[in-house]
Amino acid sequence: MLRSSLKKLCSSLVFVSLIASVSANVAVANEAKKPLKVGFVYVGPTGDAGWTYAHDNGRKYMEEKLGNKVTTTFVESVAEGADSERVIKQLARSGHGLIFTTSFGYMNPTLKVAKRFPNVKFEHSTGYKRAKNVGTYFDRAYEGRYLAGVTAGLMTKSNILGYVASFAIPEVIRGINAFTLGALSVNPDVKVKVVWVSTWYDPGKERSAAETMILQGADVLTQHTDSPGVINAAEAKGVYAIGYNSDMSVYGPNAHLTAIVHNWGPLYTAKAQAVIDGTWKSENVWDGLAENALDLSPFNPVIPQAIQDQINAVKAAIKSGSLHPFAGPIREQSGAIKIAAGKVIPVGDLMGMNWYVKGVDGKLPH
Amino acid sequence: MFKLESRGHDSKLLAYASPLFAGVLTLICGSILFVLLGKPPLETLYTFFILPISDLYGLSELGVKAAPILLCAIGLAVCYRANVWNIGAEGQLLMGGLVGSWAALSLLDAQGMWVLPSVLIAGMLGGIFWAVIPAYLKTHFNTNEILSTIMLNYISLNILLFAVHGPLKDPHGYNFPESALFSAAQELPILFDGTRLHLGAGLALLAVVVVWVFLSKTFVGFQMQVLGKDARSAHFAGFKDKKLVWLAFIICGALAGLAGVSEVTGPIGQLVPNISPGYGFSAIIVAFLGRLHPIGILFASLLMALMYLGGEMAQINLGLPLAMTGLFQGMLLFFLLACDIFIGYRVVINKRKPTRHIEPAVLSNPSGASTSNLAPPVSLENK
Repeated sequence: MLRSSLKKLCSSLVFVSLIASVSANVAVANEAKKPLKVGFVYVGPTGDAGWTYAHDNGRKYMEEKLGNKVTTTFVESVAEGADSERVIKQLARSGHGLIFTTSFGYMNPTLKVAKRFPNVKFEHSTGYKRAKNVGTYFDRAYEGRYLAGVTAGLMTKSNILGYVASFAIPEVIRGINAFTLGALSVNPDVKVKVVWVSTWYDPGKERSAAETMILQGADVLTQHTDSPGVINAAEAKGVYAIGYNSDMSVYGPNAHLTAIVHNWGPLYTAKAQAVIDGTWKSENVWDGLAENALDLSPFNPVIPQAIQDQINAVKAAIKSGSLHPFAGPIREQSGAIKIAAGKVIPVGDLMGMNWYVKGVDGKLPH
Repeated sequence: MFKLESRGHDSKLLAYASPLFAGVLTLICGSILFVLLGKPPLETLYTFFILPISDLYGLSELGVKAAPILLCAIGLAVCYRANVWNIGAEGQLLMGGLVGSWAALSLLDAQGMWVLPSVLIAGMLGGIFWAVIPAYLKTHFNTNEILSTIMLNYISLNILLFAVHGPLKDPHGYNFPESALFSAAQELPILFDGTRLHLGAGLALLAVVVVWVFLSKTFVGFQMQVLGKDARSAHFAGFKDKKLVWLAFIICGALAGLAGVSEVTGPIGQLVPNISPGYGFSAIIVAFLGRLHPIGILFASLLMALMYLGGEMAQINLGLPLAMTGLFQGMLLFFLLACDIFIGYRVVINKRKPTRHIEPAVLSNPSGASTSNLAPPVSLENK
């Protein structure tokens, strides 16, 4: 009896001292190491209140969490042509160990630079090509879009919803479809009108597109562009709007129902920590509501409590996995069944989506 | 108190001194700006002007950035010398990139020495095509080329967007707006290993020499400049002014088209929606900064490229916000262009009261006043 407890004591002592020595070693190693330099390449200005703003919040969150273990650098409004390769390379050359490139157009430039800097880790947002030292990441924004659709479907009086869209790429079409499916799930009479503005960031253009749809009877608007122009328009004309990228309620205290907010901070922190620990690996991160990679911003009190509860219930269902926004039956615009009842859309279709669901007005460009 | 007075002739000394003068003003005002921002002024200036070109790689990047601006600016200078106000280099560049990409994608599996030249020629033809539209409108309908070329910039951008979202989209690219990557046979050869400096930069230098010789040594070049200086004289001398207008547009279109196709087959390597961050527009400033002379334009384009590189460097190394780097760049350009006024004019201090004031009564007289009374004081002093 005594022997065995002694044995236990001994072994646990050994164990504890082992851990202590290992962690001490790690601590020494960490102290000796310089802070990890983390670079960010942004497509817009950090003050866009949208896409880039959300990424920059992620950067600040990471700085706060990791303290003196990291230093960060960012370059804003980097054009997606020949310039981006030079900026990414300059970051790699100047000793950055981890570089986040936050727009789709940086995909091939990132890969080109990564080839020349095998010891630097790269993380590219929204793309689909990876390499040994290039990972990709995005959030399941469509889950938030579905919730936005539910909100819009319950709040509309005219049953016409307006959507300001940038470019007809899968990410944007996926959002429109998820929004429409969400709205239809609570209100089978809604129609979604889409205006393509062919830009990510042009507050004036976004706003006038929104005003056009308000004239056509839309009373809840949302957008897949990077400025709060749509919220401004809705506030001025007395209709509702749902923000994207970040909480945009300051731009329309009456109009802004809620917003789909990207939450990049935890991911950036985890990736930087992984590089510091030497455990970083190239992978595709596609987290959703369940992983807290995105969320809805606080509801505007004009949304009745019953509706708020309903939206929260849908959110809980998506989080638990019991509801998938793209679960069948899903009909194409023509009415033909695209995804049969009881099936969930295959990942490939989700990634390369190039068709509208039934309920979206108008034709896809090109 | 102060007023500008024409020198009657351009000052040779100031022609060389004015850029230096502008440089000093920029350094002083820039330093004040940086001190106000709480940045060390000397280090910031060093980051802007020296650091980007402190090694071979930096110099090669300067060449990569300057090449498209240089090509466009040289073409524009030919037009401006002939008094053809072509603002459409951007559109011609985009069309060159688009047609070149179309050729490259049609020849994706082709191998051999002929592939790249075909792609480049296709790009130049694309640029020429976009330049002869305003040439036709100007010579046949007397359409103002400033308006037509500005409009054509937008049209060409939208055609490019259509193509890259539609027919030229990579079929295996998940619908993203990018073409397939070009093959090795279609990419411009790299001049120095380990850099991105491509043959396009060499072609740009060649264009400088060719245009210089063309303007200063050939009869057609001479005719073009006469047309620019005095269209009536050119007409009386029997020069075929319409043909000269066409030629100016064609030269500019070819060079801007070459700039576009060099970007897609050079540093980018595929057709993307943003092949130019406004090179065709920067080139307008560069053309005037270089005083419409090929060698001046060469230096001006290098300076312009350096400012872009310095702006990126200042963001990366010093955390200077983009708006501030833009402000500083604008300041330099302003001083450079503003100081040039002293080449033709001098500042005089008015000691006596100006005797020939324009009387308000004369100005408001609807019928009588002769036009010379309405001319600014500067021209009165000259007579």
